[in-house]
Amino acid sequence: MSRKLLLNNVHVEGIHTYDVYRKNGGYAAVEKALKSMTPEEVVEEVKKSGLRGRGGAGFPTGMKWSFIAKPEGVPRHFLCNADESEPGTFKDRYLMEKIPHLLIEGMILSSFALGCEQSYIYIRGEYMYVLRILEKAIAEAYQNGWLGKNIKGSGFNLDLSVSPGAGAYICGEETAMIESLEGKRGNPRMKPPFPAIQGLWQRPTVVNNVETICAVVPIVNEGGEAYAGVGIGRSAGTKLISAGGNINKPGVYEIEMGITVEEFIYGDQYCGGIKNGKKLKACVPGGSSVPILPHYLVCKTAEGTDRLMSYESLAEGGFATGSMLGSGGFIVYDEDQCIVRNTWNFARFYHHESCGQCSPCREGTGWMEKVLHRLEYGHGKIEDIDLLWDIQRKIEGNTICPLGDAAAWPVAAAIRHFREEFEWHVKEPNACMTRNYGLVTEKIFEKVNA
Amino acid sequence: MSEQIQQIKVTIDDQTIMVDPGTSILSAARQIGGNVVPPAMCFYSSLKGSGGKCRTCLVEVSAGSEKDPRPMPKLVASCSTNVMDGMIVKNKTSDRVIDARKGVVELLLINHPLDCPVCDQAGECSLQDLAFEHGASHSRYEFERREFDQIDIGEYIKLHMTRCILCYRCVYIANQLTDNREHGVLKRGDASEIGTFIENSLDNDFIGNVIDVCPVGALTDKTFRFRSRVWYTKPMDASCSCGKCSGNAVVWMIGDEIARVTARKDKYGEVKEFICNDCRFNKKELSDWKIEGPRQIDRHSVISANHYEKAAPIHTPLLNKA
Ligand SMILES: Cc1cc2nc3c(=O)[nH]c(=O)nc-3n(C[C@H](O)[C@H](O)[C@H](O)COP(=O)(O)O)c2cc1C
Ligand code: SF4
Ligand code: SF4
Ligand code: FES
Repeated sequence: MSRKLLLNNVHVEGIHTYDVYRKNGGYAAVEKALKSMTPEEVVEEVKKSGLRGRGGAGFPTGMKWSFIAKPEGVPRHFLCNADESEPGTFKDRYLMEKIPHLLIEGMILSSFALGCEQSYIYIRGEYMYVLRILEKAIAEAYQNGWLGKNIKGSGFNLDLSVSPGAGAYICGEETAMIESLEGKRGNPRMKPPFPAIQGLWQRPTVVNNVETICAVVPIVNEGGEAYAGVGIGRSAGTKLISAGGNINKPGVYEIEMGITVEEFIYGDQYCGGIKNGKKLKACVPGGSSVPILPHYLVCKTAEGTDRLMSYESLAEGGFATGSMLGSGGFIVYDEDQCIVRNTWNFARFYHHESCGQCSPCREGTGWMEKVLHRLEYGHGKIEDIDLLWDIQRKIEGNTICPLGDAAAWPVAAAIRHFREEFEWHVKEPNACMTRNYGLVTEKIFEKVNA
Repeated sequence: MSEQIQQIKVTIDDQTIMVDPGTSILSAARQIGGNVVPPAMCFYSSLKGSGGKCRTCLVEVSAGSEKDPRPMPKLVASCSTNVMDGMIVKNKTSDRVIDARKGVVELLLINHPLDCPVCDQAGECSLQDLAFEHGASHSRYEFERREFDQIDIGEYIKLHMTRCILCYRCVYIANQLTDNREHGVLKRGDASEIGTFIENSLDNDFIGNVIDVCPVGALTDKTFRFRSRVWYTKPMDASCSCGKCSGNAVVWMIGDEIARVTARKDKYGEVKEFICNDCRFNKKELSDWKIEGPRQIDRHSVISANHYEKAAPIHTPLLNKA
């Protein structure tokens, strides 16, 4: 059965308020850490827990924390990345909106572990109402002595505030976020130096995702080892999945890593199957940046084994036949959906969001969008498919930040798995304009069964 | 050079050199010289923070260092990656680099007007050179190109964003010469524009240098009196006594008239001594300058190369520096 570590109390009436949160065991982890643990011991528990970054890349959090430089006399900073702008991803919003104190508690624990006395939550500008919820919760935390000077007599000081972005996806990239927090244009920095050495105001800085930070709370409460016992292998713990698309029950689900993808899509306690009794055509399991999987690679790997909801299993087969867990933005497509249109839509997003600093991404994202638009609207040429392949190849790996890769991968994967559908758009422009996707999908289904 | 510095070894395209720690791959390549030097459209030695953006200088690191000889999985920007002891780098000898660079050039050109015949920069344009040396023969781009109106930024300088490659050099130079503004790019992605703050910094005595650092014809000198192709003008090293700058410049002559004044650039197109606006825009009489002799233009530009080869006999051996 599924374990819940973050959302166990989410349905308790009034859990967004301090009193109810506290009555339900809130701030116990901070109490425990401040009373009976050293910062190093908190880091150690997080290391033991096997927690990996929930922002997309899955980097081990304990290891990231241990990289932070500690030069004498230089303040360090801890930042929460609440920019959540990856299409398909809406889990952080849910956490912050429903249980804001969980994030604050996680911020206190993490800041304590890293020795940071000034921490920030950087939230996307579109989440203004969530910002208000957070600010209210922060005020309550101050009132109750969980923030400010000498927290609960421990000698530990922490100030916490929320800063809104102005609606740029790129400000979710951690160094762009740091620039933005410094009041500059959100251009990603060149690395090295990494933020752990020179981050906010050139000081050692750690950036973590909302969900990552929230997960520190159960880790401190129950111990790193207990957390590591949840999940499967190197995919420890639970993961929030924001499920959307053509499913019966879109929403945010907390899953224990290791359940099968099939159970997640068809199980009644999760997505509840494909809407309107349609067939599954494709799935983007981890947010718009990760490769799309055709239906025959969603529930099974290329080897024929069950595909699991875990970092490793979703990536099995590499980009040839696998994808990534990414940010947990799980998008399901039924047989009526058009892959070319979807790819164009994603390409349009990356074109719009490129910061424009480096030439392959600045110019390549716009070019891909234009070619995809032409294909989608029935003016494409058969050579366009190879052209697209070539453009994405020239962006991938050649840019300053991973947005270039994020723009290239969805295009590559769509062509890799759905080339016939692209060709169909060229050969039958009228049919594709009437949006009768059934035609081509039938062919794709046949191909698999053959 | 101090003796205490332990130099480190780096090999680029099979040529090995010892350099100081902290040297970038690009700078090490320039110390070797010749063919191993990657093209650099955005990096500018004297501008802090420049580099990393154009991606034309990408190279392959086939061994990271003596200690950790693993190759780097991605191509790296040579202008902003430092060498390690025992590093092995491939530039011209790497097919991946050649392919990626061709890609970068193609992408840099998709929105460029390609109207070199009517551009003031033709003949001394880094993009033109780059396209000639590293590009493909035709473009596969079939959409409308990005266009902007020309803007007069002050009485001396014209900004034509249409030609801009967003190298950020002018932004850095404006930031580093004036102290009241942080950034000069508006909007994002391929809609980015050089911001008008440059206009506001025009009262600065050195702002004319944005023209010299611009690798393309996006920022040009409105006082370039004869509107002549550069290859019809004759560059002469000249100096004057100036209270604001060193007064060391290049005057570009047509007959015995000065068509324009620029700073002196090295063979990588970089100005070492910036000149002031007075020298650049207002000293257009021969009597303003002491002419030192013809300037050897070390450019690899197709057009200038043709021209200056023909002009070679006028150089005295002394002025022909290696
Ligand atoms: C273009 C781009 C956008 C990103 N957006 C987000 C985001 O919205 N939220 C997030 O947590 N991480 C985002 N990331 C990842 C962050 O750079 C960073 O890796 C992450 O916040 C680290 O936190 P974690 O280790 O807890 O996952 C983005 C990365 C890139 C390249
Ligand atoms: S890859 Fe794109 S978003 Fe990232 S720095 Fe380059 S232009 Fe900006
Ligand atoms: S105007 Fe010239 S110097 Fe400035 S960013 Fe554009 S190309 Fe570079
Ligand atoms: S010169 Fe290195 S990226 Fe532009």
